[in-house]
Amino acid sequence: MWDYTDKVMDHFKNPRNVGVVEDPDGVGEVGSLACGDALKLTFKLDDDKRIADAKFQTFGCASAIASSSALTEMIKGMTIDEASEVTNQDIAEFLGGLPEQKMHCSVLGREALEVAIENYHTGKTSKKILEGKVICKCFGITEDEIEHVVRDNKLTTAEQVTNYCKAGGGCGGCVPEIEEIIERIQEELRAAAAPVPAKPRTILETIRLIEETMEREIRPMLQSDGGDIDLIDVDHDRVIIAFRGMCAQCNVAEFTMRDVVQAKLREFVSPDITVEEAKA
Amino acid sequence: MKNVYLDNNATTGVAPEVVEVMQPFFTELWGNPSSMHYFGGQVARHIEHAREQVASLIGADPSEIVFTSCGTESDNMAVRGALEAAGPHTRLITTRVEHAAVLGPARHYKEHEGEVVELGVDASGQLDPAELRRELAKGPAVVSIMWANNETGVVFPIEELAEITKQAGGVFHTDAVQAVGKLPIDLGKTPIDMLSLSGHKLHAPKGIGVLYVRKGTKLNPFLLGGHQESGRRGGTENVPYIVGLGKACELAGQHLDDEGPRVAALRDRLEEGLLKICPDTSVNGDRVNRLPNTSNISFQFIEGEGILYHMSDAGIAASSGSACTSGSLEPSHVIRAMGIPFTAAHGSIRFSLSRYNTEEEVDYVIETLPPIVTRLRELSPFV
Repeated sequence: MWDYTDKVMDHFKNPRNVGVVEDPDGVGEVGSLACGDALKLTFKLDDDKRIADAKFQTFGCASAIASSSALTEMIKGMTIDEASEVTNQDIAEFLGGLPEQKMHCSVLGREALEVAIENYHTGKTSKKILEGKVICKCFGITEDEIEHVVRDNKLTTAEQVTNYCKAGGGCGGCVPEIEEIIERIQEELRAAAAPVPAKPRTILETIRLIEETMEREIRPMLQSDGGDIDLIDVDHDRVIIAFRGMCAQCNVAEFTMRDVVQAKLREFVSPDITVEEAKA
Repeated sequence: MKNVYLDNNATTGVAPEVVEVMQPFFTELWGNPSSMHYFGGQVARHIEHAREQVASLIGADPSEIVFTSCGTESDNMAVRGALEAAGPHTRLITTRVEHAAVLGPARHYKEHEGEVVELGVDASGQLDPAELRRELAKGPAVVSIMWANNETGVVFPIEELAEITKQAGGVFHTDAVQAVGKLPIDLGKTPIDMLSLSGHKLHAPKGIGVLYVRKGTKLNPFLLGGHQESGRRGGTENVPYIVGLGKACELAGQHLDDEGPRVAALRDRLEEGLLKICPDTSVNGDRVNRLPNTSNISFQFIEGEGILYHMSDAGIAASSGSACTSGSLEPSHVIRAMGIPFTAAHGSIRFSLSRYNTEEEVDYVIETLPPIVTRLRELSPFV
């Protein structure tokens, strides 16, 4: 048996909001019998343009039914803009988590919501918006959809992609292409995370940064040994400090200086810093 | 709550008589049968008695019975050992509906440059013996074909297939894990070279199996080491389980004649009851050539996992060929090989009965399941 949370089992056994909303403002149908799960989501807005009612019909396993039920509960009361921010992670979290191999059920919910919102905006009634190249021919999953789950869920392996959107779970022929997509997105994320080259700091900014670093990274460590530290002066990359308390008489102060104070300042302020103790 | 166990093709309850005969081998008779002292030596004759009990159930000579740890080991030993003994350029002919214990070694052989042929089945799950004959004409082969299918219960014409294989000079193995104890088997009357059986499918515990190896069959041993099992399978004998399996085989032999028809009648009652009440429901597989205990039913428009969970809540244990329950994304390979439409494949449920089931239990399922199906269909966008 799957390790479903109590909340998943509750929503499976007592599904909320089953059926079709009368005269709906948005309709989203995704999946198919062949794929093994399918979801039809309908919603209606109130006068304030908030989702007043949402209903579902689902063909699928216990977690697909629970995810659909959860989705309808979550989006009631939301504006369209708020609803369009709902991710598959939100659905899974609402249920207290889903087994990794069942994450595609939460993705099914997010997709249905996306299609229903698209339907609200454009009136298009396409069962599923197929944009871009179909990568997984067994389950009809497009490049866009794979990119979407990889980004939303920070996926790193083809196996995870299969768990989240089924792509690659049939004949497996598209696994190399999925791996290429993952690699491309990883590359983008790495590039985005790389530090932006900083403007040269003013001397005042440097001093503030040194003080913050000492306060946050160095002082608590010294204080726990009954010592302390003061900043005396800054001269370009030379930082002059004075040890206080126990540190002032400590016979390993030299190591503290090099391995703690200088190391931390190099890490957080500048790699060129050298630290000296103020002459008495 | 009632407990109705209808998943006997997955595993069976250990018969109380079996537990009873095993007991002394944990508490008193725990010696090593290979030892040169009375303490171990007295155990050896119990193994030989069990060997006779197993042989008697399937019409074999006791010397042809090799005890293993499970059905999967027996299948691996047969397929891999026979291919290895046969030498290079031997083809492996099997079917698309085999158990993973045969398909796994087949895939391994293919990955190591061996040629593997998987025979297909028709919509009723039956294969065409003429296709086997054609494949055998292409060169030397080891053939491994299951006696009865674990998911649908479909029984292959195994004697005929063995005959065809022997005429062509091939080696014939059958995975009879689901057949032994449910169908009469007389190996003296068929040219089958090897046969696998598993203890826990016939009311012995898990962890014990047998490979029958006909005298003269070329087979490289799989587990190398000790001299046990006449050098065919090294490793100290699992004495209590061997004794238990012997007893289970003796019981199966005693029950075989009256149990088959009785269980088949229960199974038919279940099948007819459900089909009559539930619309859009059908039986998968050949209903004539079928194990007496198995029924595989498709409930259209709904998914198997949901059915299993609701049944489980009502105390009913069964299994499903749906994608979700297997942890994979596609319905079972057996259902797919039969070309059953996806609309029906995802909602397929296997009921497998045993001698311990009663009419009352069957009626309870007929009463309990249809409302579950209705409930799930109310959720389905396809109804």
